Amino acid sequence: MKSNWRILQPPGNHSNCIFSNIYLITVTPSPTGHPDYIFPLVLTSATQELFGCQADEDVTGENPYKLLKKEDIIKDMKTRASVSDFSPVKQLVLDYPEDELLLVFDRDFTYGQSFYLVLTVEAKENILKPSVEGDEEQMEHEEKEEEMIVPKTPESHPWISLGSEQEIKEESVTESRPRLRYKISPLQRRCGAPVCFSDRSAQDGKEGFVECPSYQDKSFSIREMEKHTAIQASSDTKNSSTQTLWKHPKNIWTQYEPREFSLEEKEHHLRSKNLKNFITSVLIRFEISLQQNYITDVFCDDWTALCEDEGALTGKTETQLKEYQSFMDLHFSKEKTISHVHWHPTISGVIAVAMTERLSLEERIDNSTKLLLNPSYILFWNFTDPINPQLQLECPDDVLCFQFCPSDPNIIAGGCMNGQIVLWDISAHVERLQDTRSGGKNISNKLDKNETPVVRYCAVSGIENGHKAPITDIQWLPETFELSKLGIPVENASRVSVQLVTCAPDCCVLFWDLRPPRVVSHSLTEVKQKSEEKPLENPHGVPNTFKHLNLTWKPFIRVSLPKLGSSGEYSPLKFSLRDNTVDCPSGDKPLQNAEREEGCGFAQLRVPSAKQQKPMENISTKLYVGTEDGELVYTDWKMEKDNDSGRLLSTKPIHRFLVHDTLVNTVTRSPFFKDIILTVGSFSFAIWKEGVTNGPILMSAFSRTMRTVGHWSLSRPAVFFIGKEDGSIEIWDLLQNTHEPSQSQNISSAAITCIRTSCISSKQHLLAVSDRLGTLHILQIPWTLRRSSNSERQIVRKYFEKEEERLEYFEKRQIKHEKKKKEMEAEEQRKKTELVMPLKQEEELEAEALKEYEQFLALEKDILKNMGLLNETEDSSDM
Amino acid sequence: MFCSSLLFCSCYSVQAEVEDTLKRIQGINGVIGTIVVNAEGIPIKTTLDNSTTVQYAGLLHQLTMKARSTVRDIDPQNDLTFLRIRSKKHEIMVSTDKEYLLIVIQNPTE
Repeated sequence: MKSNWRILQPPGNHSNCIFSNIYLITVTPSPTGHPDYIFPLVLTSATQELFGCQADEDVTGENPYKLLKKEDIIKDMKTRASVSDFSPVKQLVLDYPEDELLLVFDRDFTYGQSFYLVLTVEAKENILKPSVEGDEEQMEHEEKEEEMIVPKTPESHPWISLGSEQEIKEESVTESRPRLRYKISPLQRRCGAPVCFSDRSAQDGKEGFVECPSYQDKSFSIREMEKHTAIQASSDTKNSSTQTLWKHPKNIWTQYEPREFSLEEKEHHLRSKNLKNFITSVLIRFEISLQQNYITDVFCDDWTALCEDEGALTGKTETQLKEYQSFMDLHFSKEKTISHVHWHPTISGVIAVAMTERLSLEERIDNSTKLLLNPSYILFWNFTDPINPQLQLECPDDVLCFQFCPSDPNIIAGGCMNGQIVLWDISAHVERLQDTRSGGKNISNKLDKNETPVVRYCAVSGIENGHKAPITDIQWLPETFELSKLGIPVENASRVSVQLVTCAPDCCVLFWDLRPPRVVSHSLTEVKQKSEEKPLENPHGVPNTFKHLNLTWKPFIRVSLPKLGSSGEYSPLKFSLRDNTVDCPSGDKPLQNAEREEGCGFAQLRVPSAKQQKPMENISTKLYVGTEDGELVYTDWKMEKDNDSGRLLSTKPIHRFLVHDTLVNTVTRSPFFKDIILTVGSFSFAIWKEGVTNGPILMSAFSRTMRTVGHWSLSRPAVFFIGKEDGSIEIWDLLQNTHEPSQSQNISSAAITCIRTSCISSKQHLLAVSDRLGTLHILQIPWTLRRSSNSERQIVRKYFEKEEERLEYFEKRQIKHEKKKKEMEAEEQRKKTELVMPLKQEEELEAEALKEYEQFLALEKDILKNMGLLNETEDSSDM
Repeated sequence: MFCSSLLFCSCYSVQAEVEDTLKRIQGINGVIGTIVVNAEGIPIKTTLDNSTTVQYAGLLHQLTMKARSTVRDIDPQNDLTFLRIRSKKHEIMVSTDKEYLLIVIQNPTE
């Protein structure tokens, strides 16, 4: 084996460089499978003993190196000749330049035998040194471990060839000889001759091609030593499926209730000492906190609460009602007066006015023929057009009062002078009212339709069963309840106002129902016939809403007002219900169902049977009635069945107050307090509280001019307006003055007939005032009168309560006073009879005085004894 | 016989004392209701109706536990003594110890 050592000089000019020996160790695969410098040896145990390299004793896996002297090996070889283990390496050992050879214990048999001999010096050193170096390095590392671990970047070494160049060279194909070139050309005579090419398939005939198919040659086999393969990783896919269990849906419910203690457990706890200790220990802090809260409210910010009443400083000091607009109808109302005014509940800016003749009763009788030709109207005015009314409702006679239906603003009910109730349905013309409101773009259209449309009434009540005197007040019942035959309020299933209440000076209050009356047990054939009848068309294009009522309408409850304490009856002029729709138009109505059809068929509504109706508990069935004689009557409208005759009779009124001298022209409830009522008589007005029977809470002074009408303000609880005969309006503010109006303003020259307020927007509140000359004035309510402070309601309520207390106090005082008077009289009587015996009295007085003194002494002793101030001995010595 | 009756008297006097104290609290101006609750939130004695009591007891018990754990999380040596909740309409006061909870509801503005 020749040495595989080569000293290679790096290429280039390197005469100036000093380079150390660069050792190349090439590893060529020898047929034996181990490098050349390694020679696997088998050493017998004798040899091992001889050389001191016994396996696992002198040389181990960790320390496999053993240096053997060359001379020893040569000696051994000489002594044992061919038997020696070293005989195969005899020549190598002889050639070995140094004295010591490295023997390595090959524990793992990497080279085939248990030992191997390293045959070259350099290899030996390399094997030894790295381990030594490694050890040294390790030690160095260990020493330096604590100091610092320096990350070593690998240093670049010049490339050491390991013989791979040869391999590459062997594999590459190089030209070993010059290329052979052949030139083939056909014979001369063939050149230039015409050629004819044709196709021939190779498969034609057997000589078309020569085939050399491959075949399995059994005598020759090559074992593939190397194989080029390529590997690609791919994910393992697997198809699988799952299915959930389908469980049947089942209705299940649970109910829970809070845990509670039984009675015994509670008692047990209450008796435990722990609880007592806890409560007594905790009591003090509770008391402190509770008292703190009672003394003062810590969280109340006085600063902010202080300033909320000073809004007037912003400069709005106007207090007068400003005229906004006035309406005067020139065509129809020459000699007429306005009897009643009502704002349209939903369309803002539209107001309805009832025009009646300005004549007294005698004049009416005189001119009755002329009056028949002059029909009366209700006019609708719109702010956008002060000259032409928008709509005209025809009435059979002068209408003294009318109301819009609260659930359907297209239905209007009015009470006439002849005692009839009239119903109008303006649903066909509502668009016109709304349209013109939206601005003046329809002016051109208006010129064409110069005529205001006239709407005829849908239905009138029957004359025989209605009122026998002019109807002075009419009101709708709210849609929350309706009345049964006995006057018991029951739940209204249809949520539509279906019942009306009217009163007239013919001494009765009537209740009317808009639905067709309940027909009792007809045979089937008759019912069928009725349904097959075609509904007759009303003339003049009047809608059929109330066809079922026309001329046959009668009231279902008739409440008479028998007088208390005397025979006769009261003649009502105005009335007021607790749950009414007039005084608080925006108040307690439930949310309107937007999907409800217009003009819901009243004909389709049926009076439900008495069994189905649920009576409502919280509706008060009592009403206040103002009469012609100036009395205020508090009565119940529920009918009682008289046991003797079986008829329904109304009860006697509960209270009756005579306050005003002449007829009561207004009875209205405050929109803020359901139990405060304002009544206006001719010269005075009074405020009442429902339930207070002593008298009015507030009674005004008598005024010089007659008071014609009164109306509460809708925005301020303490303000109400009184209209007077001289055409002025008094504005009363209960917070400022209760003996005189806070303001008085003259509006027109004729008497005021009606006052109504409306809130168009939060910045604009309007007051509609009508006068006797037929003019309708619209006034703007100033800021001071429409803005209520936060606590105003409370203050006003407290004021009313105070007044109530005052009344009670007065009554008590009166009773006391009377009692005292009686006592005084009794005493006087007694005194007169007792003047006979003066002497005996003196003696008796003396005896009595002595007795008292003795009693006093005994008492004194007792007290001193109890206090422990008196000694027993002292006591006895005193005695 | 005598001892047992004495024992009964002492137990009864404890109960009477407890009731007296509770009446005293209830008598303070503005107090709407008083509830004594055990450590689990089950009412023992109350002056309100059952459904209100149960609701107050359950909710305030949870809130008190939460408040107490908050206080103790911040400082484990500390403990909750008194909890006052002021709302628009009422003031609710809760005091607690290991076993019981006392709830008082007051209307402070009147």
